Amino acid sequence: MTGRIHSIESFGTVDGPGVRMVVFFQGCPMRCQYCHNPDTWELAGGSLMTVEEILKQYESSRHFYRGGGITATGGEPLMQLDFLTQLFEAARKKDIHTCLDTSGITFNRSNEEYVKKIDRLLASTSLVMLDIKQINDIRHKPLTGHSNAAILEFARYLDEKEIPVWIRHVVVPGITDEAADLYHLGRFIGQLKNVKALDVLPYHDMGKVKYESMGMDYPLKGVPPLSKEDALSAKKIILTGIRDARTDAPDPYCS
Amino acid sequence: MRPEWRAFNNGIWEHEINVRDFIQKNYTPYDGDDTFLAGPTKKTEELWAQVMELSKQEREAGGVLDMDTKLVSTITSHGPGYLDKDKETIVGFQTDKPFKRSLQPYGGIRMAEKACADNGYTIDSEVKEFFNIHRKTHNAGVFDAYTEEMRNCRSSHIITGLPDAYGRGRIIGDYRRVALYGIDRLIEDKEEQKDTTRSTMYSEIIREREELSEQIRALKELKKLGSIYGFDISKPAMNVKEAIQWTYLAYLAAVKEQNGAAMSLGRTSTFIDIYAQRDLEEGTYTEEQVQEFVDHFIMKLRLVKFARTPEYNELFSGDPTWVTESIGGVGIDGRPLVTKMSFRYLHTLENLGTAPEPNLTVLWSTKLPDNFKRFCAKTSIASSSIQYENDDLMRVTHGDDYAIACCVSSMRVGKEMQLFGARANLAKCLLYAINGGVDEITKKQIGPKYRPITSEYLDYDEVMDAYKDMMQWLANVYVNALNIIHYMHDKYSYERIQMALHDKKVTRWFATGIAGLSVVADSLSAIKYAKVKAIRDENGIVVDYEIEGDFPKYGNNDDRVDQIANDLVHTFMNFVKSNHTYRGGIATTSILTITSNVVYGKNTGATPDGRKKGEAFAPGANPMHRRDTHGAVASLASVAKLPFKDAQDGISNTFSIVPGALGKEDKIFTGDLEVDLELALSEDQK
Repeated sequence: MTGRIHSIESFGTVDGPGVRMVVFFQGCPMRCQYCHNPDTWELAGGSLMTVEEILKQYESSRHFYRGGGITATGGEPLMQLDFLTQLFEAARKKDIHTCLDTSGITFNRSNEEYVKKIDRLLASTSLVMLDIKQINDIRHKPLTGHSNAAILEFARYLDEKEIPVWIRHVVVPGITDEAADLYHLGRFIGQLKNVKALDVLPYHDMGKVKYESMGMDYPLKGVPPLSKEDALSAKKIILTGIRDARTDAPDPYCS
Repeated sequence: MRPEWRAFNNGIWEHEINVRDFIQKNYTPYDGDDTFLAGPTKKTEELWAQVMELSKQEREAGGVLDMDTKLVSTITSHGPGYLDKDKETIVGFQTDKPFKRSLQPYGGIRMAEKACADNGYTIDSEVKEFFNIHRKTHNAGVFDAYTEEMRNCRSSHIITGLPDAYGRGRIIGDYRRVALYGIDRLIEDKEEQKDTTRSTMYSEIIREREELSEQIRALKELKKLGSIYGFDISKPAMNVKEAIQWTYLAYLAAVKEQNGAAMSLGRTSTFIDIYAQRDLEEGTYTEEQVQEFVDHFIMKLRLVKFARTPEYNELFSGDPTWVTESIGGVGIDGRPLVTKMSFRYLHTLENLGTAPEPNLTVLWSTKLPDNFKRFCAKTSIASSSIQYENDDLMRVTHGDDYAIACCVSSMRVGKEMQLFGARANLAKCLLYAINGGVDEITKKQIGPKYRPITSEYLDYDEVMDAYKDMMQWLANVYVNALNIIHYMHDKYSYERIQMALHDKKVTRWFATGIAGLSVVADSLSAIKYAKVKAIRDENGIVVDYEIEGDFPKYGNNDDRVDQIANDLVHTFMNFVKSNHTYRGGIATTSILTITSNVVYGKNTGATPDGRKKGEAFAPGANPMHRRDTHGAVASLASVAKLPFKDAQDGISNTFSIVPGALGKEDKIFTGDLEVDLELALSEDQK
């Protein structure tokens, strides 16, 4: 079986622990306004690769990845669930740490068949990096084109299954930087017991060039990149939310 | 036991000159962290401010502040020189004052003259006459013996950077011996060596006896250099301050006599630590004082200066002295050779600020203590000034008391030396193969008139055949030019003090080098996997290439081309090895044009990989610029496939990366939610 792979980065240092081989999967149902990989959206693109081909590349540089592993990102790797599962199962057989970087958007708890498949994948997944874009569903829809219900459901499911999770959140000025939203994201995370780390990323506009080269309009034209300081203060608000959820403190944003 | 050796553990080092045995029997491994380190003292700060001021004046003066034009530098040529005698704990300059460059004509009077002239100084006419008429130099000797073919190869730049007009360098004296044994003991040892040479006087033995006499003379002069600065170095060092001073004086003697292409220090830190440890235990000095000695020592090493020409500086991209000091590594018994002194040396980058010299080189092993690894990483991030080399790889060949000369050349200290050999331009050699020995720039017949390639599209097997023949020719001319160079260097510019600090029996590495590896690998790959059309001028000389289609490029962890690079090194090395080498030198090669790749490229026509005429080569064993498209690991993996056994003199890869690509800042991402929460909480409580 083959997967549609957009590209492979051999030296990934920001997508999971250690130095990692980062596999960019082709295809994504989301259309996030700040996406910097619009070239991974179409499921039809990319090149066909087998699990063996990917792992052969990993093995040839294995000594560089001590303390690291493989990260599947994209695109949305869960769009190619069967292939992804095969990749992770084969990797785990070789004692490779597997990390799934996902939005969780495809999760559907009511589909038994699907949940079975997800369980099989999670059995070979060392870490999930879950990207929660916006906790406020009213704002989530225009930002991504979808409701966040499946994403939050997936977060809870991972908690049930005790899969270690890192939460990622991109702070975009005017879109995801409202204090109440950040705080409520924290309250949500605070209910989960499996979250090991929180990665708050400042929005950058380096994807702009790609849109231009692909002849697309950049949706966030005019939105300035977020400073490191602002990202740090956003992170602090989320942390406050987490702490308050854990101590059952009242929600200052609830009227 | 001698009083200077009190409290040291016994060993064969007491009975023979054997610094390694002394280190192994006496050093204290350290696996703690950096919290014991002391900052700069007031004296250190004041001296360094003085150095910074002089550096500023030197820059404003156009690069040189002062030069000797009359007094020829020898070990004892100059009176003492100081920055500020009352503040300096370690003393000694190459001339009678800091920043004054010495006159060293033995490598070549023309180079010495030009170095003066280019910097606005005129060499004394008597000195000029003397070295032109009465005393021959290394340079003059070489050109007396060069063949026409060698001269042609030199001027067409297929062989470049040969040490035929300047000092070859790359020899590391075991400067530690002076501290451990004192000069008198070393002279005694050399006298004994001289008394026990064979007695039938064939030329080799005559040369050996003459060289040993020169070595003894140099040691006596070194003793005098000690007394010029008020020290009696006939005896061993009593304490850490003396151990550093004695070691430095020995090194100073070397740089007073040799303006070598690389004048490296060796592997001194763990040796010095043994003295520091004893002094700290005996209460002679405090940690602050020990760090002060080290800071002042490193400061001196930063101020080693030579008179050089702008062309030389262009070739080496700056004015490097390559005062390389090798730090750390692991012993063959498995104990890391990291001591507190390893930390103190690196700590000078913080106490004095960053600097490219001395070239502090960490011999990296997976078995180094974690605390030391962390400290290296921390210091690297702050200073960008540490070089790393693979100890696990080199220890196999060189044991655990080797050091690096220049950037990557490894040799056992005091037991092995290198005959430095610059580089052959393999990219140009490929063009010669295609054009039947005609130089693609000057259009002159430089190489042998072999059959040129005449087809419109290049055929891989045909090109490879021609290329191997041309490589064989090049290796022959190259090695024989080097034979002449080293013969003459020994004859007219013998490194007597460095060799006095070697054993009698010395292993000589006969170093050669390769430039343009990635250009050739990609060129051959293009010919093999794409279609390469030759563009010829009116005389049928190929001057450019057109590539149709894509081809695998070196630097992407693609075996199809990486194997070509690998074979290339192996093939060339075999051709080198098939030649006679001077003084039984063991042939090695290096792939390490860290700086001169620009000059090599400038002198090479367009190549079949699509590189344009005059375009710079990639440095060392690097993939060509922007052709490694699969990320850092793939690029590194390609380089790592090169056969070290064929390139034992070293493989270098210049690697730059923006800090952000190496991971996230601690502040932004700790990787641990509980730590984040704790930090946020503690901030709230403030």
